[in-house]
Amino acid sequence: MTEHVAAGEAHGSLNGYVTGFVLSVVLTAIPFWLVMAKVFDRPGAAAAVLLGFAAVQIVVHMVYFLHMNAKSEGGWTLLALIFTVVIVIIALSGSLWVMYHLNTNMMPSSMHGGPMGQPDMRHMP
Amino acid sequence: MFDTLDSPAGPATQRRFYLNVEHHPENGTLLGFWLYLMSDCLVFACLFAMYGVLGRSYAGGPTGAELFDLPLVAVNTSLLLLSSITYGFAMLEMQKGRLRGTIAWLVITGALGAGFIGIELHEFAHLIHEGAGPQRSAFLSSFFTLVGTHGLHVTFGLVWLATLLVQLTQRGLVEANRRRLMCLSMFWHFLDVVWIGVFTFVYLMGVLS
Repeated sequence: MTEHVAAGEAHGSLNGYVTGFVLSVVLTAIPFWLVMAKVFDRPGAAAAVLLGFAAVQIVVHMVYFLHMNAKSEGGWTLLALIFTVVIVIIALSGSLWVMYHLNTNMMPSSMHGGPMGQPDMRHMP
Repeated sequence: MFDTLDSPAGPATQRRFYLNVEHHPENGTLLGFWLYLMSDCLVFACLFAMYGVLGRSYAGGPTGAELFDLPLVAVNTSLLLLSSITYGFAMLEMQKGRLRGTIAWLVITGALGAGFIGIELHEFAHLIHEGAGPQRSAFLSSFFTLVGTHGLHVTFGLVWLATLLVQLTQRGLVEANRRRLMCLSMFWHFLDVVWIGVFTFVYLMGVLS
């Protein structure tokens, strides 16, 4: 009965949960320490390192807590996840890319908070 | 899935269809719930993209570095992380068929989740009290939308958890309840995954710049 119910689901184990938890604590503590102790001088480098830690921790959660693997539900969960990740990357990078260029190409007057619809007369012929 | 075999007599005769039964997931609910989580993931991706675009538009107002209280965020993060592993312990008890242990770990999980929501509401109230409400700047609008949506999800997870506790005390670890517990497990761990993105992208990177 129990075996039948749990058939599609990968089983978690105590070792798995504890391993995932310890890894998560380490992967959370290091980024907080990096920022609170101001280890990095350049924000750009710090941001890249933080995003790296977040990506690793997300994978840890997926494997140890959500029990992701290529076999669960006949591989369909992994396929759905890959599809979602592709869409998420397109949405995130696309939005940031387009809006960054939109901002840099804006007229200087509208960048500094002038109300919309009131053109800055300096740029008028 | 279907194989058609043309009989040698040609297309005039009736075609025969053979159904090749492939491996089929025995419990479609979990796959369906996973698909829901993936679509929820897209909702959060859009909110993250919005925050990425607007998160530096302060409109002369306060910045993230001035507003965010990192020690409080660290406490909040550890509460949610702890609630993830206590839910894992509840699932282990469920697999062993122990009702009492399952309920005990679920209650602890709910308490940690409630603590998370309490701290978040306290933070929001503090920000609004300081005049840094959602209407102050595009940065704060997108901040409240993103973090608030996550908090709303956790709140609904708590409602779901309370409902399941009632059902567990009434019916015990029956098959339907086991399925519901597995779905909530995925939901709860998923919210922890989203929170990783929130504390990294919003709080830590917000304090950096």
